Amino acid sequence: MALSHIATSSSRSNLLRPLTAALSCASHPLRRPISSSAAADDSTTLTIETSVPFTAHRCEEPSRTIETTPKELLTFFHDMATMRRMEIAADSLYKAKLIRGFCHLYDGQEAVAVGMEAAITKKDAIITAYRDHCIFLGRGGTLLQVFAELMGRQAGCSRGKGGSMHFYKKDAGFFGGHGIVGAQVPLGCGIAFAQKYSKDETVTFALYGDGAANQGQLFEALNIAALWDLPAILVCENNHYGMGTAEWRAAKSPAYYKRGDYVPGLKVDGMDAFAVKQACKFAKEHALKNGPIILEMDTYRYHGHSMSDPGSTYRTRDEISGVRQERDPLERIRKLILAHDIATEKELKDTEKEIRKEVDEAIAKAKEIPMPDPPELFTNIYVKDSGLELLNVIIAYDLDEFIDETALLYSDSLDLQQQTGNPEHSLRHELVLCFRFLGSSTTNWESRA
Amino acid sequence: MDRDPTVCVMGEDVGHYGGSYKVTKGLAEKFGDLRVLDTPIAENSFTGMGIGAAMTGLRPIVEGMNMGFLLLAFNQISNNCGMLHYTSGGQFKIPIVIRGPGGVGRQLGAEHSQRLESYFQSIPGIQMVACSTPYNAKGLMKAAIRSENPVILFEHVLLYNLKERIPDEEYICNLEEAEMVRPGEHVTILTYSRMRYHVMQAAKTLVNKGYDPEVIDIRSLKPFDLHTIGNSVKKTHRVLIVEECMRTGGIGASLTSAINENFHDYLDAPIVCLSSQDVPTPYAGTLEDWTVVQPAQIVTAVEQLCH
Repeated sequence: MALSHIATSSSRSNLLRPLTAALSCASHPLRRPISSSAAADDSTTLTIETSVPFTAHRCEEPSRTIETTPKELLTFFHDMATMRRMEIAADSLYKAKLIRGFCHLYDGQEAVAVGMEAAITKKDAIITAYRDHCIFLGRGGTLLQVFAELMGRQAGCSRGKGGSMHFYKKDAGFFGGHGIVGAQVPLGCGIAFAQKYSKDETVTFALYGDGAANQGQLFEALNIAALWDLPAILVCENNHYGMGTAEWRAAKSPAYYKRGDYVPGLKVDGMDAFAVKQACKFAKEHALKNGPIILEMDTYRYHGHSMSDPGSTYRTRDEISGVRQERDPLERIRKLILAHDIATEKELKDTEKEIRKEVDEAIAKAKEIPMPDPPELFTNIYVKDSGLELLNVIIAYDLDEFIDETALLYSDSLDLQQQTGNPEHSLRHELVLCFRFLGSSTTNWESRA
Repeated sequence: MDRDPTVCVMGEDVGHYGGSYKVTKGLAEKFGDLRVLDTPIAENSFTGMGIGAAMTGLRPIVEGMNMGFLLLAFNQISNNCGMLHYTSGGQFKIPIVIRGPGGVGRQLGAEHSQRLESYFQSIPGIQMVACSTPYNAKGLMKAAIRSENPVILFEHVLLYNLKERIPDEEYICNLEEAEMVRPGEHVTILTYSRMRYHVMQAAKTLVNKGYDPEVIDIRSLKPFDLHTIGNSVKKTHRVLIVEECMRTGGIGASLTSAINENFHDYLDAPIVCLSSQDVPTPYAGTLEDWTVVQPAQIVTAVEQLCH
């Protein structure tokens, strides 16, 4: 039964649905003259429809009619074009061996990142797996931070120590960036728990793929989230392939939005940024009132699973180009912008040229940033106050050099005594702790400490 | 929990039931269901949730009803708990405490007699401590909660009924510090958790036989307190390690190597390490007794070492 899927093209056509519906705008009040006034226009409302209606499981689906503004359309275009360009540039950098290890690219899936951001605030949390470059950008990360991290440089968002799969941005509620499939979902539910604990009125979007949807820990976490009414939104970015395994070969029931059983779900066209935005808005309201909900984003990645996967051994080139032709998220926005006369074709091309330049500049700048220094190997293993951060550095370097630096770094720990109420926690004691773990070089430490 | 509203407890039966070993008794009544959380039997996910909550600044205490069950959460503990601070370039701290009873009990069977400290010791980014007395249990627990780093606190199934007078005033024990139990001159005996009591029992016999053992409860399993240990080695020149971990890849194995590397010049004899046998803990009482180190073996080892 399963094998017959390969033969029939009809099953493939699920992935290709024309854009026609997007262009059927219900009304737009004025046919405005071209761009420059429209460019910054936040006041005109355009009403558009999502490509397809939502499919709901145990809930009432939101309307497919959405209001937007020219400004939002242009922002979507700009943001998605930046993401697209960034990922393609990363492809070249990887082939030039400037990016090593694993590199999972997001091009094709941009609408999910952009639509989600548009529906929420930076106080809401997002956590995702390893296909995280664009989500990081959406949360406010810069191109420079992205490329620096990908190339393992000091100014990368994780100081060069994380790599492609470990982007984080704490100040913008982005919790990473995780390599082990599915492990981020319990983390996300924990973040949602903390949000409920602190009564923040914020929510957490925990993203995972169709491959991760079969992980047990997902269902464990979902059960707990539903039991404790946590504001957790589980978002399945269903790009239909778990690495090289198509969804129908991995999941008995690929209706991921229904797999929460007692938890409501919504199936969304993940190539339509407005559908994503609407769904995320809906989900946030739902989660704050009724606890967890699952969103299944029907999306597609043009690249293979990672840079070591050509992406064409388990799917046909026709399928890939078909989706690009019929459902490309960037093209959808472009067509909308042109249809509503918000900008001309040339202006959009100019924007793309600008973006290309920005990306190239960021790469050039990132290339100049040095790799981390050797002591960086041992920083951030522990948090400073326990005195352990320095210990490995001390082993690697001469003891003498570090006396003064230690004293500086541990001037913070003078407060430690107040914090812990323990008279043992004085600066001297911290220094002693620091030097405890040295080998035979401890012979002189007593006099120094 | 009184002092800091961000401290919460999660685990199986920690709330309404009061804890399978009564460690959390009374807390749910006092602090409510949002701070003392009964979880379903889902170690992988609730440990992950504890870590996620810690990333935002909460200070969860995750209980493994038996430490052995935390094997199911190994990925979360190793990759997320231990490494997130590093892979995020220092952005996220994980001030979590993971605790629970472990060790060989009274005929609990192989799966419920695990000693997880040997499995966890390689994980970078975590600290491990083992308590052994009511005094250091309280002190280490408080220190672990207040630490900004993830701490795994190993309790022992057979030590929960110990009674001791402890100070009324606030105190904490240093997480990285070993405890001098009995100063001595002839031999350094390093131990932790329940084996401390076997060692002290053996010490009584040894003293009667004219030996003067120095007994140190290492308490800090990761990192080792090489300062206290080193000073002792420099004094006695002989080391005996008595642990409950299995011989292969246990804490004793790492400690032996650390002492050899750092204090080789001070040793008059090779380090002797007494560990549990490399076997699944059997059910039969007699077999179980032979699995772990007994006081008589400790006495013999000291006699041979000091010859």
